[in-house]
Amino acid sequence: MQAALVARDLYCRRGERPLFGGLNITLEAGEALHLVGPNGIGKTSLLQMLAGLRKPARHGSFNAAGPPGDVLWQGIVSYLEDRTALDAELPLADALAFWARLDGRPVRLEPYGLADLADVPVRYLSTGQRRRAGFARLSLQRADHWLLDEPLNGLDTQGCGMVESLIAEKREAGGIVIVASHQPIAVPGLRTLDLRDHPW
Amino acid sequence: MRVFATLLRRDLAMLLPGGRRGQSLLPFLFFLAIAMLYPFAVGPDADLLRRTGGGVIWVAALLASILPLDRLVAPDIEQGVFDQLAIRGIADEAAIAIRVLAHWLSFAPLLMVAALPASVLLNLDGSTLSIVVLGLLAGTPGLAAIGVTIAALTAGLRGGTALAGLLLVPLATPILIFGAGSLARPDDGGILLAAAISLVALAIAPFAGGAAIRAARDS
Repeated sequence: MQAALVARDLYCRRGERPLFGGLNITLEAGEALHLVGPNGIGKTSLLQMLAGLRKPARHGSFNAAGPPGDVLWQGIVSYLEDRTALDAELPLADALAFWARLDGRPVRLEPYGLADLADVPVRYLSTGQRRRAGFARLSLQRADHWLLDEPLNGLDTQGCGMVESLIAEKREAGGIVIVASHQPIAVPGLRTLDLRDHPW
Repeated sequence: MRVFATLLRRDLAMLLPGGRRGQSLLPFLFFLAIAMLYPFAVGPDADLLRRTGGGVIWVAALLASILPLDRLVAPDIEQGVFDQLAIRGIADEAAIAIRVLAHWLSFAPLLMVAALPASVLLNLDGSTLSIVVLGLLAGTPGLAAIGVTIAALTAGLRGGTALAGLLLVPLATPILIFGAGSLARPDDGGILLAAAISLVALAIAPFAGGAAIRAARDS
């Protein structure tokens, strides 16, 4: 069986600064990967690269640059980050409704502990509430795999539990979950990738 | 198609007067304010007003189209909306093309309506007014396209709004020259040329704007 994610030869730089290099990731359906490493090592950049939002850099000098690496997914990927992509001026339910229409699914607030916040404008939400709203948006998308950037930021204990069970559900459905986080996540069978082991 | 309708609906809800990024009546009021101030500034010479009024309407329209630039693209880049659209396979070019349409719908029809009271203030006759409105119809799509392109290009910059205004002026000048120039000509060649420039700007805008968003993402 072919792996659900094959990423080969990923090199990354931000501006002139090389971040990581020579990175290969192969994950089977249902696997979970925890990205770790100090601030600024490129965890977010790697997630963006895996999401297709950032191009892998070319390795080597300008006149002898190798081909850039590539990322191959079997299935659809979605990406959760700090930025909620929700309209700050709109009530939460209306802001989510835009993505719901786009993704063709009804908005659900209760599973994310947001039932009381439907009428509250997004800009009044706290960090943790925004993160929950992010998961509400994430779950609207019919994605097979999840890329999560610091999903536990600002969440209370109950919220962390919610995220862990959402990750477990996703994996049971055969999805890959890749998490960049400084906090430990209680997920069974979690593989860890330390970007310090992959210097440019 | 449903995707495009959904995007357009959001963009319009955002940009139309009373929309949630608000202040969309501002270009309209700004336009009327210029038309109102001009007779005070040059004096009540009815003949002078009639001869120069059409040009004033054009200058007012161009300046009014600068006002919404800062909220056209930048908030969506900051909030990661284009990233989420890209993940769903919606090209930045498509999102920008829809933004151009929404921007045009949110300011141009209002300006053309406002040209009516402005023409009274500036003592324009009916035939001049019709040339001005036709010219605006031909030229404002170009203004909208140039505006969205510049908004995308300057989105990440500090002081981007002021810069955007300065950048729009030289790029929009050809539209002004031919659009307002049609007032001084017996035929409609000027309007056609303004329309031609609008079409060029409309053709370039999605690609230039899309490239700007990708560049901001890849930095």
